[in-house]
Amino acid sequence: MLKTQELTLNLGPHHPSTHGVFRCVLNLEGEYIQKAVNHLGYLHRGIEKLAESRTYTQFIPYNGRLDYVAGMLNEWTYVHAVEKLMGITEEIPERAQYIRVILGELQRLASHAIYIASMALDVAGATAWFYGFRDRDEILDLLEMVSGQRLMPNYMRIGGVAADLPEGFIEKCQALIDEFPNRIAEQEGILIGNEIFQARVKNVGPISKEMALDYGLTGPNLRASGVDTDLRRDEPYGIYDRFDFKVPVGEKGDTFDRVLVRIEEMKESVKIVKKALRDIPEGPVMAKVPKVIKPPVGEVYSRIENAKGHLGFHIVSDGSTKPYRLRIYSPCFVNIGIFPEMAKGIHLMDAVVALASLDIVLGEIDR
Amino acid sequence: MDKIINREALVGELNKKFGQCAEIFEDNTNQSIKVKPDKLVDIMLELRDNPNYDFKVLMNLNSVDYPENFTVVYHLNSLTHLHKLTVKVELDKADPQVPSITSVWKAANVQEREAYDLMGIVFTGHPNLKRILLVDEFVGHPLRKDFKLQA
Repeated sequence: MLKTQELTLNLGPHHPSTHGVFRCVLNLEGEYIQKAVNHLGYLHRGIEKLAESRTYTQFIPYNGRLDYVAGMLNEWTYVHAVEKLMGITEEIPERAQYIRVILGELQRLASHAIYIASMALDVAGATAWFYGFRDRDEILDLLEMVSGQRLMPNYMRIGGVAADLPEGFIEKCQALIDEFPNRIAEQEGILIGNEIFQARVKNVGPISKEMALDYGLTGPNLRASGVDTDLRRDEPYGIYDRFDFKVPVGEKGDTFDRVLVRIEEMKESVKIVKKALRDIPEGPVMAKVPKVIKPPVGEVYSRIENAKGHLGFHIVSDGSTKPYRLRIYSPCFVNIGIFPEMAKGIHLMDAVVALASLDIVLGEIDR
Repeated sequence: MDKIINREALVGELNKKFGQCAEIFEDNTNQSIKVKPDKLVDIMLELRDNPNYDFKVLMNLNSVDYPENFTVVYHLNSLTHLHKLTVKVELDKADPQVPSITSVWKAANVQEREAYDLMGIVFTGHPNLKRILLVDEFVGHPLRKDFKLQA
């Protein structure tokens, strides 16, 4: 007698297509997923608890360990939150503001380059993987120039940045940024225009506008679903009100749209860096802040547009040198919550693509 | 700076609709209100669906261990009005229980589980209230102030 049987499959935690130590238990009927259950926490280090026994300045390096492919943006989020709590956002020197924008956008380019690259590898397109990582590597060289580190820069400071840009940085960055549109075009040519790629990602894992808002998606994933929102434009922090850029928005919210939105975002980031490199003034890079950071009693919730979504910090201060409570709102942690819903009823190989399209980083999910 | 909603009017409307349930919470952000736990779900639905408020997005869900109580903090955001609101619920130290708002925003699902896991807040009515980051056998709730850190 022939019979069918439901199969339980462990996807991860050590599986290349989960992009880290994410584990998902899938119930399969044939090759179609009936139910998916997320299991998180393999990389939990208790960073929120650690923050309570570190001073405000000592906590800066921990941010690089959250989303380890966008360390500079995490640090920016954190120092921005502390600055807001202390009420010194207006005192950050111009040059430091421009440096933050340049490095932040470079980091966004690097993060998106990884996204496109790993997306390509998940559909077995190895060439685009090498292209993406080549581009990212050149950006990491620039970050290494300014901070001495490639992944975990520890470069932002409460009140500015740690050091001025090194000699030759502007020229090197300018050369890369002038070249970058060609790199994006190359990726577009090999991936976006590719019929096999389109067949694999189009109409996979569609997320409607309502569903995206309900599940609390943020950033590129939300924009791909057709919600026109970008913190840099709607609630500009730092000096983003001086930059003119488009906010790419998707239509269907499927995997293809999520890739496209990121490609378009990279083009806008290139424009922002170009303008920032042109306008950057001379001057100091640190505001006059006390040696010992002691924010007043109170709390703040501050978020910025990270590469993966809105990264937020809720800091409760009791007036001492250490935060009373520090909560990290992780965009990946909330975004991954939609995966069981996306995976329901789709083919196993599509689920891998749908998961990749959410752009998760486990360091940030598990904290 | 964040755009702030008129809290006096908001609290007045909520109290008129659901009975005495909300009050202005004074802190440095000037955007907080305090509500009673038993009316939380109704209030959240009203805040989400009333076009005057239009808080479609749950920005953050946090829990804080204060010496006198546990406070669950909800940060709401409106994409149309761009205003913000912080809703706070103060809970008893001995028995921290609050209704789950997963029926209002599914985004609360994982965040409530996290607050349960790390802070020990019980969200009644949550569809799957289990530990999310720590192992199931773990004893205690690390983000509480009385949790002993050890290397």
